[in-house]
Amino acid sequence: MEEIVIKAEDLKKWFPIKTSFLATLLSRREIYVRAVDGISLEIKKGEILGLAGESGSGKTTTGRLLMRLIEPTSGKIFFKNTEITHLEESDMKPLRRQMQIVFQDPYESLNPRMTVGDIIAEPLKVLGAAKDEKEIEKRVYEVLEDAELIPPQEFIFRYPHELSGGQRQRVATARAFVLNPEFVVADEPVSMLDVSIRAEILKLMLSLVDKYKTAFLYITHDLALSRHICDKIAIMYLGKIMEQGTNEQIVFEPLHPYTQALIAAVPIPDPSSKRVDVIIKGEIPSPINPPPGCRFHTRCPSYIGDICRKSEPPLIDMGNGHLVACHLYGSKAKS
Amino acid sequence: MPLLQVQNLTTYYHTLRGPVHAVENVSFTMDKSEALGLAGESGCGKTTIALSLLKILPWNGRIINGSIFFKDKDITKMTEDQLRKEIRWKGISLIFQGAMNALNPVYRVEEQIVEAIRTHEPKIKKREAKERIAKLFEMVGIEPSRAKNYPHEFSGGMRQRAMIAMALACNPSLLIADEPGTALDVIVQAQVLKLISELKSKLNLSIMIITHDLSIISETCDKMAVMYAGKIMELGDVVSLFKKPLHPYTQGLISAFPNIKAKKQEMVSIPGSPPNLLLPPPGCRFHLRCGFAMDVCKKKEPAIIEVSKGHHVACHLVSR
Repeated sequence: MEEIVIKAEDLKKWFPIKTSFLATLLSRREIYVRAVDGISLEIKKGEILGLAGESGSGKTTTGRLLMRLIEPTSGKIFFKNTEITHLEESDMKPLRRQMQIVFQDPYESLNPRMTVGDIIAEPLKVLGAAKDEKEIEKRVYEVLEDAELIPPQEFIFRYPHELSGGQRQRVATARAFVLNPEFVVADEPVSMLDVSIRAEILKLMLSLVDKYKTAFLYITHDLALSRHICDKIAIMYLGKIMEQGTNEQIVFEPLHPYTQALIAAVPIPDPSSKRVDVIIKGEIPSPINPPPGCRFHTRCPSYIGDICRKSEPPLIDMGNGHLVACHLYGSKAKS
Repeated sequence: MPLLQVQNLTTYYHTLRGPVHAVENVSFTMDKSEALGLAGESGCGKTTIALSLLKILPWNGRIINGSIFFKDKDITKMTEDQLRKEIRWKGISLIFQGAMNALNPVYRVEEQIVEAIRTHEPKIKKREAKERIAKLFEMVGIEPSRAKNYPHEFSGGMRQRAMIAMALACNPSLLIADEPGTALDVIVQAQVLKLISELKSKLNLSIMIITHDLSIISETCDKMAVMYAGKIMELGDVVSLFKKPLHPYTQGLISAFPNIKAKKQEMVSIPGSPPNLLLPPPGCRFHLRCGFAMDVCKKKEPAIIEVSKGHHVACHLVSR
């Protein structure tokens, strides 16, 4: 069995909302945005997990929690058998070398005053991952070549403004992989890029994942792309995982009504295929007061009555690792 | 007679470093109740075409050449006054990109639409305008009483719907939607696209959808024009363009688009990036990224020719 690199158990992140002084006096109750509300997942070495969902479903927060960029409200995070949920920052530092992130917007995630060489060398310097300048330089050249920024000596002295969007995202990717990390989070890495170059960047990431056997969390709202790059997909809705499975299971045998609607809503670039018309109504409710019971019941086309409103469906295994949280399948679970 | 006939439209932006050749020699026609999709990467001139049609280019943008006939009248020769009275909103209306930010946050939605109606139809009374808004809101699927809300009280999808209602306020015959799907989630996007298609058949509207997302075009449009670096590379009906794309750029763009229902496959991309339009490359503008580039492509610009009825291509591979 492949080694599990990162694992979350019942992870929660509630952001408190600031209320006025008077409101605090009048009611003791604090109000929270339940961005992530009890999710469990694991990613193995060399595996790509896609985390998909509408905006506001808590995908980005999950990514940041796993990296310990924000503190969880409750739950546990394991990195290769070590619990890192409450590690001190000083104990965390050696682990930081092994977890990296690629952000969505390459126009904002690169310091405009640093050269490409400095940007990529920075993690090596900050985390003391190289012995001397020579080694740093060697590693920077290597990773620039990996990122197909060739020839490296031509890019090393350039500034971000001299690069195109695609090249910038390559630099951000190179920076993430320069430390040979074991776990990388990519938060919508291609949504700011033009369609014609998206594939290039994703291919680059895939080849790096393959080369370094990284556990990869791919956060996206684009199911069509996840279909072609992920091994597994988890569908999030209002801070919960609704369904999880291999990409074939999710795309061709979606079980949850929400997943079915999401898949049906993806436009297909083929004018001869007609869309099946199961569009759900309305938009994602506010995570401040998520609906009781199943969170999706307010929009669900297959609402089956009181049970959906009252009790929250657990995530159950329907066989072959296909997990779903829906009352429709309550009795059919393979325990 | 087509509803809209654009001939050799050329629009430049004047900058300190020289003119940006944003749109060059673009010609196409649109019939009544037809939907045309304008596809291409960012910076290829899609939005500039829309702005040229309404003559609302920024101060440094100029229509250098060409004509735009809308219902037999040349828009390029009209004065501001004529444009306001006959074309904008009443003939052609535009849903701007990013509905999230296109509404003024300090006015109620209703007031903004009333303003738009009364600017273009000064004879309409405020009361009548408000009644019209109630009808429009019903049509786009928003509770009419919500018109009194401020934009921040609307969700993203509702704002997009309100923008559509606003665009339809003066019964235009052509509706231009600039990136109607971006910034919206898949489900909301599907709802909005469905609404646009419904309105099209209900109101006999002609629709131009500007987007980089080919799948949106394939689902909602009858015709598609593929633009690259300010030029139309290929133009034709959606089915034949998707089934048999002739231009290497169209082929690349279509295969770069993942199909969720297809087998898991290696993704294809078009290497390189679009040229600088201050100094567009000589010959075919795509030759630097084209896998089939020949000597002639570097020197001579391919003319756009009709290969079969309604299917136009500008490529030396085809015209050979």
